[in-house]
Amino acid sequence: MGNADADHPVRAGRLPSWVINLFLIVLVAIAWPLSRLFDSQIDPYFLDLIIRIGIAIILAVSLNLINGITGQFSLGHAGFMAMGAYTCGVIAKHHAITGGASVPFFLGVTLLSGVVGALAGLLIGIPTLRLRGDYLAIATLGFGEIIYVVLTKIRSIGGCEVGGAAGLHDIPTFTNFFWVFAWGMICIVFIWRLVYSAKGKAFYAIREDEIAAAAMGVDTTFYKVTAFVIGAFFAGVAGALAATWSGNLAPGSFRFMRSVEIVVMVVLGGSGSITGSILAAAVLTWLPEQLRAVEQWRMVIYSLLLIVMMLVRPEGLLGRRELWWTRRRAIPRATATVAPP
Amino acid sequence: MQLLVQQVINGLSIGAVYALIALGYTMVYGVLRLINFAHGDVYMVGAVIAFFLATWFQRLGLPVWVNLSLVFLGAAMGCAALGFIIERFAYRPLRNRPRLVSLITAIGVSLFLENLFQQKMVFGARPRQFPPLIETRTAISFHVGHSPVAVNITNLDVINFVLVIALMIVLSWVVLRTRTGLALRAVSYRFDTAALMGINTDRIIAFTFMLGSALAAVAGVIDAMRYQVDPLMGLVAGLKAFVAAVIGGIGSIPGAVLGGLLMGLIESLLRGVILPSDYSGYADGAAFLALILILLFRPSGILGKYAPEKV
Repeated sequence: MGNADADHPVRAGRLPSWVINLFLIVLVAIAWPLSRLFDSQIDPYFLDLIIRIGIAIILAVSLNLINGITGQFSLGHAGFMAMGAYTCGVIAKHHAITGGASVPFFLGVTLLSGVVGALAGLLIGIPTLRLRGDYLAIATLGFGEIIYVVLTKIRSIGGCEVGGAAGLHDIPTFTNFFWVFAWGMICIVFIWRLVYSAKGKAFYAIREDEIAAAAMGVDTTFYKVTAFVIGAFFAGVAGALAATWSGNLAPGSFRFMRSVEIVVMVVLGGSGSITGSILAAAVLTWLPEQLRAVEQWRMVIYSLLLIVMMLVRPEGLLGRRELWWTRRRAIPRATATVAPP
Repeated sequence: MQLLVQQVINGLSIGAVYALIALGYTMVYGVLRLINFAHGDVYMVGAVIAFFLATWFQRLGLPVWVNLSLVFLGAAMGCAALGFIIERFAYRPLRNRPRLVSLITAIGVSLFLENLFQQKMVFGARPRQFPPLIETRTAISFHVGHSPVAVNITNLDVINFVLVIALMIVLSWVVLRTRTGLALRAVSYRFDTAALMGINTDRIIAFTFMLGSALAAVAGVIDAMRYQVDPLMGLVAGLKAFVAAVIGGIGSIPGAVLGGLLMGLIESLLRGVILPSDYSGYADGAAFLALILILLFRPSGILGKYAPEKV
């Protein structure tokens, strides 16, 4: 892997930033009436697909920050998602507020779910991020499994039903197009701004060479834990959205396989490319719907794709470029310009 | 006291199987510095091959011992071939790429095997009972102190112990006394230098994969007879065996055996003696907790050597 990664444009575009900010706010605001329209007019099957794509995008982009951009291969994303999903599911089931106050209530619950996910990320990140590459992958996988085992054993917390191995059912549904869209925008814009800021270069530096980054004065532990916590926060939010969309939670759906699905999205889209993750999340959620006939072969095809991709194009579809970057604007290939003394 | 002794025996019996799988992890890690994620699924494939062979042999009406040894041999050979194929087509082309690329490929291979065997035309998603080649009965039974309940060792446990000890002897002979074993140790000591000394590293790596896969297959057959055959059985068993390899010190062959036995003991004692029965399910999580603790406090494991990262 190359080590010259200096030419990322710091600014997101040529427009002044307040224009972009205003545009984004308007975009989210439009989603509110649009969501009402969707709820009543659109085919529920199609709406379900859109919502699931939105949740997949949040998961893939947040995992990309950890795996692709900071280069810390984590296999525990579904565990953080489970933390958020169960937080939201339990609160929504037992203390739901309906009527006018339901909007601030749900905003609060999703935020809380994200915070719970982030706390889990912090708790897990601080010890495990001392590990490198494959060890980190196994340790995060282990944490994911621990979360799964605990979820199957706990039947109730403080009088509130959690479900145990049978899962939690009949959760009231709050999620609609607006929530998924708004959280998706927040996630993408937040991570985009973070990564393409001056400080964001530290994340890339760690991925390229941790020792060199530390020698250059980057506080590697701080940045790694930061990436982990932010990724886990959005995973928790995505879990909350998923829980109050389907209304059912089963601990089995947050195991290793779920984490791998998200990893496949990040890897196929291009580790480090945010638009690549968005694209891959959308395609890999949409495609199985079109291939109903081969639904049972889905995971076989996924895994073959993963292997072939690694053999043929290990950097993923977009590599680490964004969708509209031309090749010239992208990172130049590593060239040894400094002669050894 | 009776419970304790019984659980120790059970633990050793489970641990011996973990040790067999852990050997494959540790040997591959030794030569390639790669965590072969698909190793647990090779163990599963061993169980599935044994399942089909046993179903077929049952109809032939051969003596039990012939059946049994043919099943073990068939599974081991099938898995050795599988290990060779995986190494040749998935790992070898990536050998000079960053290690993360190989790791993702390994996860891909693991997923591929798991999902392929869940297909109806291959094996099916539901676990199936292993055909009763031999009936399980108590082979040895003895009393501890004045306890009225006897400690039982089944004939499966006996086969398990005999087989594992025999395999350990064969393995240590191969690794310590043959030329191939010498080459294997050289490659795992220093890859590039070994290649310069005229060792065909490709062949040694292929051999390592085949040897490890055959051991995993034997483990798979033992577990298939003891429990049942499940296309996802490799996931948890593989992870636990990996933890065992790390506890013992990954890259170290005696370490893998020690780690496996320890792992089995910890698990069975936690399940049967230490944890109250309501919480015995948490024993599954304990394995991963052990992994994380060992990685944090002694990443090189019990018998491993500490290798600091050099710039």
